[in-house]
Amino acid sequence: MRVHLASSLQDALAFKATEPDAWPIAGGTDAMVHWPGAHEMHERTWLDLSHLNELRTVEFRDDFVELGALATYWDVIRDARFTALPLLPQAAATVGAVQIQTRGTWAGNIANASPAADGVPALMAYDAEVVLGSRDGGERVVALADFYHGYKQLEARPEELITAVRVPLRAHDHQDFIKVGSRAAQAITKVGLAYAHSSEGWRIVANSMAPTVCRCAAVETLVAAGTAVAGPDDLADAIAEDLTPIDDIRSTGAYRLRVFGRVLYHALQPICDSFS
Amino acid sequence: MNDRPIQIEFQLNGELRTLEVEPRARLLDVLRYEIDCPGTKEGCGEGECGACTVLLDGLPTNSCLVPAWQARGREVVTIESVTPEDVSRMLDAGTTQCGACTPGVVMTARWAEANPELLAQFDLRQLMAGNLCRCTGYDGIIDGIELPSGQEAD
Ligand SMILES: Cc1cc2nc3c(=O)[nH]c(=O)nc-3n(C[C@H](O)[C@H](O)[C@H](O)COP(=O)(O)OP(=O)(O)OC[C@H]3O[C@@H](n4cnc5c(N)ncnc54)[C@H](O)[C@@H]3O)c2cc1C
Ligand code: FES
Ligand code: FES
Repeated sequence: MRVHLASSLQDALAFKATEPDAWPIAGGTDAMVHWPGAHEMHERTWLDLSHLNELRTVEFRDDFVELGALATYWDVIRDARFTALPLLPQAAATVGAVQIQTRGTWAGNIANASPAADGVPALMAYDAEVVLGSRDGGERVVALADFYHGYKQLEARPEELITAVRVPLRAHDHQDFIKVGSRAAQAITKVGLAYAHSSEGWRIVANSMAPTVCRCAAVETLVAAGTAVAGPDDLADAIAEDLTPIDDIRSTGAYRLRVFGRVLYHALQPICDSFS
Repeated sequence: MNDRPIQIEFQLNGELRTLEVEPRARLLDVLRYEIDCPGTKEGCGEGECGACTVLLDGLPTNSCLVPAWQARGREVVTIESVTPEDVSRMLDAGTTQCGACTPGVVMTARWAEANPELLAQFDLRQLMAGNLCRCTGYDGIIDGIELPSGQEAD
């Protein structure tokens, strides 16, 4: 195992430029699971970001919020300004328990690219953007909704690090984050939904329902068009177009499709006239 | 930068420590086996159980998920800093049975006691949800936590 303890963002980007295979580590809450016996982890070169205070930032600007790459769930939960973006503290509070929330970062949640990630759907429902930095390429901004090309396939070049996440500040008249797991605390999502409605339209995002967290284009279109929906089954075709959940140790694809339809219907029925 | 030990310095229970750690050593391993603070326990080793909870820069942290080199320059507070008087209410309330979870429970509980403003946002059971206990059924744990007067645990 080799370890580079980055002393500044510039130093980290320079290291990543010369060693693109190096694995960044921030809060370690994904990287360190199974660590003692995970021999492939010990073969890696690690790039420690944890001491880069310049990334441990939360800045409210005029029309967006910027979460530095080391901003944690706890930083958001304890910051009252996030009542403007309530899905973020709501999602953060469902991640593991306090000991995970104090360490886990939003950027790490994005980069880890689990289909079950809970931070990602909340961010995606708000049209968040990922800010990527590299030594030679400067800054590149990619919409989070376009960030995943497939299971653990990221729109990030080997020499790039995530430096920040930007979340537009918009007025939302409807929004919610719903997580279905085996128990209330410390459970991985079996079926997840985040949605938000603003003057930009509907954003309906699913997690644990496809190889990546993703927006549900067909469902968004159906809801925006005001197509009559008399019950969860009327959503099934659109959901099947958008989502391909799998069977795994936590659940089955059939269960996930059925529950997602019901969660979505009961979330939107009170707020959409087209839902009866 | 190779497989060599890494020199780190950190505050442990208010005392500056300087030592060399193996790159793969976790904070938990260093506490238990390098500096003779075996009070912190290992349960699951993967962030689920909270037995290894310490306060890192004042916040509850699972020391099994922290590479020791990430503790450089930080303040670490462990169960070794706690006196019997600090936990007298817990001893009366039946907070501990087999004791495997107890060091972690005590550290999270002391953080909650020291930050009573958190109770405006969370209930105590939420704050303690990352500390699993197979013995007490949790009521003894909740009863053992000293809340500011006027606050009732549910
Ligand atoms: C017990 C437990 C429960 C959990 N529960 C949940 C849950 O309910 N919901 C959930 O979504 N997650 C959960 N997690 C997973 C985890 O907490 C999150 O994914 C967390 O956000 C990861 O952030 P981190 O800083 O700890 O990442 P790390 O472990 O440090 O890194 C994770 C990945 O991201 C990469 N990375 C980190 N930072 C950067 C960067 N700036 N640029 C590029 N790549 C980077 C790393 O190389 C690594 O591949 C849980 C984890 C544990 C141990
Ligand atoms: S041993 Fe660290 S959380 Fe279980
Ligand atoms: S006292 Fe035995 S696990 Fe808690």
